[in-house]
Amino acid sequence: MSPMQTLFPNIDWAEIGQACIDTLLMLGGSLLFTVVLGLPLGIWLFLTARGQLHAKPKLYGVLSLVVNVLRSVPFIILMILLIPVTKAITGVSIGIRGAIVPLVIGAAPFLARLVETALREVDRGVIEASQAMGATTSQIVTRVLLPEARPGLIAGATVTAVALVGYTAMGGIVGAGGLGALAYQYGYNGYKPDYMLVTVALLVVLVQILQSLGDRLVTRYSRR
Amino acid sequence: MIRFAAASKSYRVDGALVPALEPVDLVIERGEVFGIIGHSGAGKSTMLRLINLLERPTAGRIFVEGNDVTDATGGELRRLRGGIGMIFQHFNLLSSRTVADNVAFPLRIQGNVSDGEITARVDELLELVGLTAHARKYPAQLSGGQKQRVGIARALASRPSILLCDEATSALDPQTTASVLELLGDINRRLGLTIVLITHEMDVIRRVCDRVAVLDAGRVVEMGAVADVFLHPQHPTTRRFVAEADHREGHGPEFSGVAGRLFRLSFRGEATYSPVLSNVVRDTGVEYNLLSGRVDRIKDTPYGQLTLAMNGERLDDALAQIRNAGVDIEEVAR
Repeated sequence: MSPMQTLFPNIDWAEIGQACIDTLLMLGGSLLFTVVLGLPLGIWLFLTARGQLHAKPKLYGVLSLVVNVLRSVPFIILMILLIPVTKAITGVSIGIRGAIVPLVIGAAPFLARLVETALREVDRGVIEASQAMGATTSQIVTRVLLPEARPGLIAGATVTAVALVGYTAMGGIVGAGGLGALAYQYGYNGYKPDYMLVTVALLVVLVQILQSLGDRLVTRYSRR
Repeated sequence: MIRFAAASKSYRVDGALVPALEPVDLVIERGEVFGIIGHSGAGKSTMLRLINLLERPTAGRIFVEGNDVTDATGGELRRLRGGIGMIFQHFNLLSSRTVADNVAFPLRIQGNVSDGEITARVDELLELVGLTAHARKYPAQLSGGQKQRVGIARALASRPSILLCDEATSALDPQTTASVLELLGDINRRLGLTIVLITHEMDVIRRVCDRVAVLDAGRVVEMGAVADVFLHPQHPTTRRFVAEADHREGHGPEFSGVAGRLFRLSFRGEATYSPVLSNVVRDTGVEYNLLSGRVDRIKDTPYGQLTLAMNGERLDDALAQIRNAGVDIEEVAR
């Protein structure tokens, strides 16, 4: 017996490999759509808040409520509640594609709040100076707010990515597979502690990589 | 030319209208440096922002270069703002862009200037403000004075006819303040730019302004040529500002032991450099005791202001001779 087999007698390494791929696919896909939805939603929240460039307190109230509701529903419940929606969008309610829809709907409002907070950190004086130069609101958003808030936005995306890693573990419920599902299925239900150890270790490594990548980008774009 | 026609501003606070600026009527001529002085909350910031409509007047009209701009929106508003540069107390530079990109920013958002023209204009402006060597740096790598120079270069990028300065030197040390004010004066002379600046320091007014308006609790309480306002302040608020600039707050009591009558003599221009007092003493035999004094410049005009105690039989002759020499005299109550 090789040392690997001695240490981890139960593990099918091909299965672990497939689980890694599934997790990365779910993470990549859901992160992409989370940013596509969450960034504009966060900008919208920022602009419509009281005292901001396009203050619409009532619209802000509605947006804010929707965001809060989505953020307060436990992800596992959200996933089940969203099954019909998922089916309508992707045609299936299971597998990786089936998991991405609830992942995005769970994470986008979370990212939107982080985006809103990051944009609020931009010096009001800089916005005023841009207005004084005759910038339009869309120019202020694309050329002032987003570049000035870039470190905060990257930090927000990093936090969201790490949260998504946690959410993907629940992808197993809809048969999406991934490392989390493996840990639950074999490690916990199947009493195979080596599975638990390996899958959790791989998740830790993934989170570490995401966080240090994010931190590095934040440092690179910080000019203050 | 900028004209305020009964322009006023009120803010709604908890449902009630609170006036920030009472109706103002005044004209700022093309090419002049116009100062607005007031304590914080006096309404000077509001007044400045009415010019480029960062604040809209609650009532009254604003005219810029002869046009009523009060209701300008969209493209018209952007064109108006393109013709008015603005600099700020805290510089308000884009921290994510280099010095050169900050200066290029107003040209880029206008969208009708070619890259070649932008590069040439940026080089020219950085040379004007003496920052050519720092073009590739980020604002965080610069000192306060350098940041304000970037602010000035940026404000001038679109060749405005008006420059608004919002407490532009209040965050700078005295030496840097002097060099930034010198630059502003230089720009005013060389480019014929109209400059409107707000400040709470009379010294800033004295160094660069042609005319000044004194704001107190949202009202213009005094206005005129800087030399007149500075040498003969009328309103108590103005007097306090002038006293602060002269560092002569609370002088009254220390003259109590001095014999004779107290006078304040104000010289301007040529009179500053002629030996008026020694002539008067020789001709009339009065005695004088110099209690305090200052000789300085108001923008480009030399001036002096002396406080004297005077004694002698021919005092009236002496006073007449001083007046004839072009010196203003006020008797100071003791």
